[in-house]
Amino acid sequence: MNLFENLYKTLIYDNRYLFFLEGIKNTLIIAFFAGIIGVIIGIIIALIKNYHEKTNKLKILNFLASCYVNIIRGTPTILQLMIIYYVIFASVEINIVFVGILAFGINSGAYVSEIIRAGINSIDKGQIEAGSSLGLNYPQIMHYIIMPQAIKNILPALGNEFITLVKETSVGAYIGIIELTKASDIVASRTYEYFFPLIIAAIIYLIITFCLSKLISIMERKLNNANS
Amino acid sequence: MLIVKNLEKNFGKTKVLKNINLEINEKERVVIIGPSGCGKSTLLRCINQIEKPTKGKVLFEGIPLDDKKTDINKIRIKMGMVFQQFNLFPHLKVIDNIILAPVKLKLMSKEDAIKKGKMLLDKIGLAEKLNNYPKELSGGQQQRVAIIRALMLDPDLLLFDEPTSALDPEMKQEVLELMKNLGASGLTMIVVTHEMQFVKEFATRVIFIDEGKIVEEGKPNDLFNHPKSLRLKEFLNNIN
Repeated sequence: MNLFENLYKTLIYDNRYLFFLEGIKNTLIIAFFAGIIGVIIGIIIALIKNYHEKTNKLKILNFLASCYVNIIRGTPTILQLMIIYYVIFASVEINIVFVGILAFGINSGAYVSEIIRAGINSIDKGQIEAGSSLGLNYPQIMHYIIMPQAIKNILPALGNEFITLVKETSVGAYIGIIELTKASDIVASRTYEYFFPLIIAAIIYLIITFCLSKLISIMERKLNNANS
Repeated sequence: MLIVKNLEKNFGKTKVLKNINLEINEKERVVIIGPSGCGKSTLLRCINQIEKPTKGKVLFEGIPLDDKKTDINKIRIKMGMVFQQFNLFPHLKVIDNIILAPVKLKLMSKEDAIKKGKMLLDKIGLAEKLNNYPKELSGGQQQRVAIIRALMLDPDLLLFDEPTSALDPEMKQEVLELMKNLGASGLTMIVVTHEMQFVKEFATRVIFIDEGKIVEEGKPNDLFNHPKSLRLKEFLNNIN
């Protein structure tokens, strides 16, 4: 068997490339929307915790936020995914990709919140004091003074988190989401040959994560130039 | 204008301020002196509530600052503060540093704020630094910009927390000059500083704090030339 024969068998025959396309589509959709949900949750949780640290208010919300972060970080992603799919949505007819988005978004939010919190804490507290002394309130200080400075420190770690997220979506295969890893698995089960489907999947992951890290380093450079 | 009543501040078990009573009237230029760690800065920070007092009251223009109904941010507009480390916003240009608060608080239109900012910067000879970032300025220039930033809100009272302590000697003077000019224009100020020569020329009243208590206060001439308490005598001997 030569290379072309194998590629033909893996991709072309019986339109098997369609599995890969479906897999890429679902991987990207889940990673993209889960990333957005993760950032939104992350910002909210980070601000609750930071506000609590600064003022000792929002005790209950802060407690809930801490529980959320600890539970998510302390349990396997795959378990969280299965709980959401098999327990929470057990009796509901629901799009499985949507379940993936939700589960990975909630999972990512916990990690993103810690990244953002660390970024906020990396800014000198004199900045908050200066903002307060000018009569600005907490949201204004965060929006105009702290976040624009913190984003530089947040971005590299956030980039890592997004790359992790793209790879983590492969866990979705366990509940039957046809993402990239599952797609390669399906093809392998048809060709009775694992090498090519898996290598192709690996190369596609590499391309996606490489583009992502390039994109992030471009953004980092832009930020550094903008306010050096 | 400002009344401090039985103010106490503890950090954990350490009592930093003990029963401070103080009344400051309009157009006074009060300087607080004392050894390091005596609570001078903490007192200043308690006055504008950046630090929450453990006990006691602060009244500004008759309004109790710790009252739940008091919007402390509204008070702080009228009570500016200048910090030892300047605390300019490094990601914003000089002009954006000084117009941020008045514009975001909707006290001025952006155009008016820029106009006023330019006028004030021009007065201190920094008009050409308008579009520079803070780190492109010398320490003395940064501190003067920080003072302008506070002045943009037309404060009734301005607090200075060791404004020249982070500066090289040759840069202190430009900051102290600006403060003298502000004093001459009738602005009420409370200043924590170690620049004793400046205090003699500048202050209308000097307060000596030691171990969290007001030990002695009075006109600079009386305090420096005829100190009554032993602690103040020691302090003055040590710094001379």
